[in-house]
Amino acid sequence: MEKTIKKSSLSISENGLEKKTSSKRLEVVKTYKIYIGGQFPRTESGRYYIPVNAAGKKLANICLSSRKDFRDAVVSARGAVSGWSGRAAFNRSQILYRMAEMLEGRKAQFIDELIQQDATKAKAEKEVNLSIDRLIYYAGWCDKFQQLFSSVNPVASSHFNFSVPEPTGVVSIIAPQSDSLLGLVSVIAPVIAGGNTCVVLASETKPLCAVTFAEVLNSSDLPGGVVNILTGKPSELASWFVDHMDVNATIYCENNSETKKMIREKSAMNLKRITFYDKINWYTNEGQSPYFIMDTQEIKTAWHPVENIAGAGGGY
Amino acid sequence: MAVIKKKAGTKSNTIKLKFDTSWSYAPAPESKSAATINKQYDLFINGEWQKPSSKKYFDTINPANEEKLSEVAEANAADVDKAVKAARNAYDKVWKKMPAKERAKYIFRIARIMQEKARELAIIETLDGGKPIKESRDFDVPAAANHLFYYAGWADKLEYAFPNRTTEPLGVAGQITPWNFPLLMAAWKIAPALATGNTVVLKPAETTSLTTLKLAEIIQEADLPPGVVNIITGAGETGAAIVNHIDVNKIAFTGSTNVGKIIQRAIAGTNKKATLELGGKAANIIFEDAPIDQAVEGVVNAIFFNQGHVCCAGSRLYVQESVAKEVIRKLRDRMQSLIVGDPMDKNTDIGAINSREQLQIIQKYIAIGKKEGAEMYESSCPLPSKGFWCRPTIFSNVAQSNRIAQEEIFGPVLSILTFRTDDEVIEKANNSPYGLSAGVWTDKGSKIFNMTKRMRAGVVWANTFNKFDPTSPFGGYKESGFGREGGLHGLIAYVNIKS
Repeated sequence: MEKTIKKSSLSISENGLEKKTSSKRLEVVKTYKIYIGGQFPRTESGRYYIPVNAAGKKLANICLSSRKDFRDAVVSARGAVSGWSGRAAFNRSQILYRMAEMLEGRKAQFIDELIQQDATKAKAEKEVNLSIDRLIYYAGWCDKFQQLFSSVNPVASSHFNFSVPEPTGVVSIIAPQSDSLLGLVSVIAPVIAGGNTCVVLASETKPLCAVTFAEVLNSSDLPGGVVNILTGKPSELASWFVDHMDVNATIYCENNSETKKMIREKSAMNLKRITFYDKINWYTNEGQSPYFIMDTQEIKTAWHPVENIAGAGGGY
Repeated sequence: MAVIKKKAGTKSNTIKLKFDTSWSYAPAPESKSAATINKQYDLFINGEWQKPSSKKYFDTINPANEEKLSEVAEANAADVDKAVKAARNAYDKVWKKMPAKERAKYIFRIARIMQEKARELAIIETLDGGKPIKESRDFDVPAAANHLFYYAGWADKLEYAFPNRTTEPLGVAGQITPWNFPLLMAAWKIAPALATGNTVVLKPAETTSLTTLKLAEIIQEADLPPGVVNIITGAGETGAAIVNHIDVNKIAFTGSTNVGKIIQRAIAGTNKKATLELGGKAANIIFEDAPIDQAVEGVVNAIFFNQGHVCCAGSRLYVQESVAKEVIRKLRDRMQSLIVGDPMDKNTDIGAINSREQLQIIQKYIAIGKKEGAEMYESSCPLPSKGFWCRPTIFSNVAQSNRIAQEEIFGPVLSILTFRTDDEVIEKANNSPYGLSAGVWTDKGSKIFNMTKRMRAGVVWANTFNKFDPTSPFGGYKESGFGREGGLHGLIAYVNIKS
């Protein structure tokens, strides 16, 4: 038995392409699919594209997502809003921490994919480590930012009055093109830490980590629909990301001035909240703060009368 | 007003109010003589009154009698450019260099002079806009002064407002205010802008420019450095020139959702920041366990305050089925006792509709409501023969899909719908493109917290309605706009946060 295994493993060359003997083990190549509602469908359009790295190597057949995929993803994201925003902040915190754990456990795979996408080993390691740390950073914020940005307002009338942040709802995100893992994690984490759900378009040229990250999400107790990840072309999909009437906010992470103009113009249809992250260095502390969470929060103020019985004094 | 006991033998032991013997109130008019209104107003640019380069003036009238009060300059693009240049110059050379505590003292000073001139401002607000003097006297003017007073104190404390961050002002803020609370909205706009170190070009609505021009006089009297606040008058084109001016860094707009959307499109492709405080169609929800009499008072305040010219007005009333009859009966009775008429009379509850144009919009919606099959009831009060007037009006048996339940009317017109369960009313209340405010009436604390959490609205009033305070952030969800005005949260709209 042992002999056979040894023999077969010897017959496969390092690049896995040699197919001399029938007993050689064929590498199982992963199909990169999109992530909608906690499922991994192919694009409904049946289309694909092949990103190529700097060395000219084809990365994979990647789903070229369509407008319909985006709409399906928004339906999932909308359906997940009340459940996710209704969870205890502490529970959201635990799930973000779990995501970090899962990412840590699959570090090697991410480093490998980043290297395929032209990163050096050192840079790939740094990016994955920072991505894990970023998730932990925002896991910690889930049940704290509210206290920082809430207020009890000393109104002059006899009322109790307070203001609290609340998630804005469904957020569409066009993720950074470079920093395909760290950028992706850095924009998703604050959005979901605050109780929103999202539909994210991954880096067009470096999509591998995004799909693998979806697998991390899928095994992290994150409810389906909270994060939906599509692959495809921003040039094709960006306008649908801001067109959709059931999306509350859009985040755009590139610096294409035409696209930025288009996004702000189209956002007027239902007054989406628009945020541009075009000058952020995700590798530094500038790339993380509770102010990112506040970019997709609304402030709600509530009033209630305080009984003021005639003659009631200070109560001492 | 007399109280008549129901005949013995009828089931209900409630009393019925009878109004045909109602007490009449003797007229109690405020005097016009306590206010000075110039025959003509120019543009307030760079600390001086300047003639408009358009050479045009337009009339501003009293909507309660259609008499001309004054005429106001129409600023064109050249005037806007002059004002923006003055604001930029003041920003670069004076305002951004001034120590924050000195900036604060200017704002405090403006607030103080407003308080000193409160009576005059209230009279002019009522004459120009048609709102009852008791509202301009007790709400608009004091609230405006308080707002300036509140934000003045923030000027030298901004480092406490944004933990672990520093801030810088944006530069020149272009601000456009609506006609429903002219002076108050000017204060809401100017106060946080100045406190955070910005300079201002502000345009009031064309039907109600006078108190804002009066504010310009106050600003002059306060010796605010020239150009820090510029006030220019005109209609939509003037506003568009502000929005499109390349040297404006921020647009703050309060007005209709349609115009808000036009502004959002117009500033696409620029680096201008914006806050938009737009329309609303607030759900006001009465549960069966609510204190009904208080709730009815609350409903009256929610929809009839300022003739219903309130973006956060409680214009969709949801009543739990079991108490709907009682609520509607009491509401009708209460409506009948509202005094509609001369806004200058201190007893008046409901004044004049702000303009002929707005009256036509309201009348259009009343016709739509009738056509949609809703049941209309209006107070039988007499209306003055001149001016723009609308009786307090309610529609019952309204369906969720009716236009009068979906669209903002901006007048004293209430749509009443019913519901059975909490989940049903939450669904219905949130089924609106708007999300500015909401109201909840119940005696059950846990229900209040459930409702305040689940209403998709920026302000939720529980067992109260239409309450405002400088310390309390105000602003909408969804198509009611973005950004907050008031409170600590109102500062963010006027600063860049730096790491």
